Amino acid sequence: MPQKQGTPALQDIADWAYAPAPQATDVVRIAPENGLFIGGEFVPAADGRQFATVNPATEEPLAQVAEAGQADVDRAVAAAAAAYEQVWRPMPGRERAKYLYRIARIIQERAREFAVLESLDNGKPIRESRDVDVPLAAAHFFYYAGWADKLEYAGLGPAPQPLGVAGQVIPWNFPLLMAAWKLAPALAAGNTCVLKPAETTPLTALLLAEVCQQAGLPPGVVNVLTGDGAAGAALVAHPGVRKVAFTGSTEVGKEIAAAVAGTGKKLTLELGGKAANIVFDDAPVDQAVEGIVGGIFFNQGHVCCAGSRLLVQESVAEPVLDRLRRRVATLRLGDPLDKNTDVGAINSRAQLDKIRELSDSGQEEGAERWSPPCELPERGFWFPPTIFTGVSQSHRIAREEIFGPVLSVLTFRTPEEAVAKANNTPYGLSAGIWTDKGSRILWMAKRLRAGVVWANTFNKFDPASPFGGYRESGYGREGGRHGLAAYLDA
Amino acid sequence: MPDERLAVRKTYKLFIGGAFPRSESGRSYPVHGPRAGQRGGGERGGGLLAFAAQASRKDARDAVKAARGAFGGWSGATAYNRGQVLYRVAEMLEGRAAQFTAEVAAAEGVSQAAAKAQVGAAIDRWVWYAGWPDKVAQVAGAPNQVAGPYLNVSTPEPTGVVAILAPAAPSLLGLVSVLAPVIATGNTAVLVASQDHPLPAITLAEVLATSDVPGGVVNILTGDQAELAPVLAGHMDVDAIDLTGAGPDRAADLERLAAGNLKRAFRVDDDWSADPGTRRLLLLLEIKTVWHPAGI
Amino acid sequence: MGIDSVTQPAAAPWTGAVADVATSDVALTQILHGLPGVDEVGVRDRVAALATRSIKNQAKMAALDLAIRMVDLTTLEGADTPGKVAAMSAKARRPDPQDPAVPPVAAVCVYPDLVEVASRAVRGSPVLVASVATAFPSGRASLAVKLADTRDAVAAGADEVDMVIDRGAFLSGRYGQVFGEIQAVREACGPAHLKVILETGELATLDNVARASWLAMLAGADFIKTSTGKVSPASTPQVAQVMLSAVRDYELAAGRQVGVKVAGGIRTAKDAIRYLVLVNETAGPRWLTPDRFRIGASSLLNDLLMQRSKQLTGQYAGPDYFTID
Repeated sequence: MPQKQGTPALQDIADWAYAPAPQATDVVRIAPENGLFIGGEFVPAADGRQFATVNPATEEPLAQVAEAGQADVDRAVAAAAAAYEQVWRPMPGRERAKYLYRIARIIQERAREFAVLESLDNGKPIRESRDVDVPLAAAHFFYYAGWADKLEYAGLGPAPQPLGVAGQVIPWNFPLLMAAWKLAPALAAGNTCVLKPAETTPLTALLLAEVCQQAGLPPGVVNVLTGDGAAGAALVAHPGVRKVAFTGSTEVGKEIAAAVAGTGKKLTLELGGKAANIVFDDAPVDQAVEGIVGGIFFNQGHVCCAGSRLLVQESVAEPVLDRLRRRVATLRLGDPLDKNTDVGAINSRAQLDKIRELSDSGQEEGAERWSPPCELPERGFWFPPTIFTGVSQSHRIAREEIFGPVLSVLTFRTPEEAVAKANNTPYGLSAGIWTDKGSRILWMAKRLRAGVVWANTFNKFDPASPFGGYRESGYGREGGRHGLAAYLDA
Repeated sequence: MPDERLAVRKTYKLFIGGAFPRSESGRSYPVHGPRAGQRGGGERGGGLLAFAAQASRKDARDAVKAARGAFGGWSGATAYNRGQVLYRVAEMLEGRAAQFTAEVAAAEGVSQAAAKAQVGAAIDRWVWYAGWPDKVAQVAGAPNQVAGPYLNVSTPEPTGVVAILAPAAPSLLGLVSVLAPVIATGNTAVLVASQDHPLPAITLAEVLATSDVPGGVVNILTGDQAELAPVLAGHMDVDAIDLTGAGPDRAADLERLAAGNLKRAFRVDDDWSADPGTRRLLLLLEIKTVWHPAGI
Repeated sequence: MGIDSVTQPAAAPWTGAVADVATSDVALTQILHGLPGVDEVGVRDRVAALATRSIKNQAKMAALDLAIRMVDLTTLEGADTPGKVAAMSAKARRPDPQDPAVPPVAAVCVYPDLVEVASRAVRGSPVLVASVATAFPSGRASLAVKLADTRDAVAAGADEVDMVIDRGAFLSGRYGQVFGEIQAVREACGPAHLKVILETGELATLDNVARASWLAMLAGADFIKTSTGKVSPASTPQVAQVMLSAVRDYELAAGRQVGVKVAGGIRTAKDAIRYLVLVNETAGPRWLTPDRFRIGASSLLNDLLMQRSKQLTGQYAGPDYFTID
């Protein structure tokens, strides 16, 4: 070692703290009271009821939001039906397209507002809402705008027709993005919409309603009903709704399927998952570790297609886990509005309780639990990234969807065994394959019962790429040319 | 009128490699409104509208070089990016709609209302094409079920540098209809404007230059089509040629020239007011099919 | 949290037995081609995510000072003269005459025939003298010539030698030859430290960068370095990411810490701080020291000084306020 450097300490910076880098929140103005969006206007609930939406990182209330009741559902569906018959259905596709292009553009213009609001209401890191949620939402509108006047080329017949009023119920994990996934194809196909955002995350849907106003969208084409599960059920059951789209838990999905049985309503469901992320001995190992980390800790694991089961080939399990633990130890958990935060808050107390309960069961059932040393803020809903090893198929944490930052690690010996274990679940939403061998990727992909297979990557989404599950992960696809089928009489 | 100010007249130059050079030959030619007896006539009836650059063979060769240079970046951009750029062009076109309406009316001698309708249709058509880049592969490509353990996928790719002879009329709608599908698919273009109605093409070039379209993706030449067309038809580094603007006789000669390097040559007589369909899109795509075994 | 907060035994089947490495082409091929593959798109994604780190206030100040101390201030031109080298060395010792709190850089980097001038110019300061050698930048000369080049530099007073590998030999699979040359140069260095330039721009793939990194470390490199700066592309964050992973893994396998130097194309303080983030989150904070990470640059220094002065005064400065040597 060169001697001339004075008094060299071998490491100059023992812990280079990045310093707080908070995203300014003054770009967004949250009204203290927020109405429902019906017929192009913001109106209070018919019975005046409201509920609070809370910042999960601090437990501070953000705003009061109207709570939709049956009367409001009736009003909204009526407005959507009138708009469908009188305005939207007769409008040529190329004009519908231009409205959707406007919406896409305004989302881009107001991107910073949307990102901040999403992180405040949902708890996800600003880096994710800024770099993933908001750009993808705009992209979905851009993509489907382009289909509005090209439906005859979608492979669904020479003149596919819309269905009517779509009732759409979305979850709290990607509030704005799920709204975009629902509205964009429905509107492009010529339907009108009544959207019911999740109870804990209403705010970006309301901002999107404002964007619809700014785009000059004819009144009633899009309606937003904030409220709880009962409001969603009322919407699904309404006879004026011809098409139902639901993203959420498998449990509720089954209820909805039962509820619409015999009504002739078209239904698509995007439900839960317990995806296997399969790592072979010839995987590009550093990138596989990134894929494992992204697969389960992106969005705090609140992802239906999360890689919540790591299936690692037994011959390389030790070194992969070693690297994985080192990498997980660099994750930064904390204030979602800090630009350097990797892991944000759990969306609600209810979800936090569920994650804790399942994690405790993992320990009770004999798996080994590990989390990196992690300081959790005092207020708010937080759960450290957690890895369970020594997990077997019969453990609850290998079978039940945790929907949190908890990874269950199992091993396999051969490709056939990996396939068998990956498929050994009622779910079938997604899977990951990590190997340097192309033919093995294709062999595995053919055998995995999953609607989305990621090879040497994970959690990649694009409006042009169809997304949806097999079996109890739901039916129907969102995104791509295939995503139009749900909203057309084809 | 005595107190009306004198207008500053615009010089119309070529559009090559993202810049506006004069012809290297130094030539230009006068552009007039419709003559008496021809369609329209209007107020200007045969008056001088402006001088347009008269492109030479060397300008055509430079344009091809610029188009070739821009092809790698443009075809390598994501389809989403191309769609965004094309939509931006539509925004710029809309912003200049009044200017285009005046130019179309003056060039063709039609009424303001008819010119405005044509401009609106041209903008809508451009928007239509802006929505295609990220969908072409879903319509024109496919996985193929071969009889063996292989993944077999056909993907459409842009063919390369496309020469275009723009139709004489309608001056803007026809222009947009032959140009937009070329660049939507990732090809780059050398377009020879209508000899009699070149001005909307150069104004369109100004729109392209301010719309994030990379330099060289579109190149526009004004001048004598009879002089320029054979250069492009015979050029060995041009991959395809749209002969729509050439008359049927000239088109046959040009097709013979095009056979020299087997460039894809076509001439489509469109009803410009009808839905363009996918024909122009598909003509400019090569299908690439890739095989890969699926095995443990 | 932090990389080093995790203490787990390191089992690394990909690295094999690194203590006694057979040096035939066949043996080295087995080791190097047995390394895990590198997925280029995955590396790009990781680098892009780390580029979003927002380094502010005292963290930024610390980073700027550290970056200054990590600079190898470089002049490698045919037109170099003693005057040019002396002027640059003066700046290396005291980058900002207005502010003595600005630390000196790590080293000056020159051609072998100017080492003596540089050595005299930095005498009495902590600034080291690094010399390129081995027929820099192409490496196209006989081993004898390359070793003579090295010995000249060391004899003239170089504290560090930056050698180039034979890329032709590497790309044609003659790993044994590359290995042997590095070992021979290492020996010729004597007490001087050896940095091995991989010339990543010519290696073309990240797999090759990983293999060349391991080859150099196995052969005894003290530092692995991205580029000569004479070929484009020079250093890129993707290449640095792969090399930082390699030195991290090599330490786990062999118990020896090798440094990384990035060179060529790093012009702004923003670039430099992005590299420091890569170091911090890939190899770990134990590499955040001039003994383990260097930045070969020339115009970067003034941008670091400008950003530093902005942090202190709140105003953006202009180029006239900093010396040009």
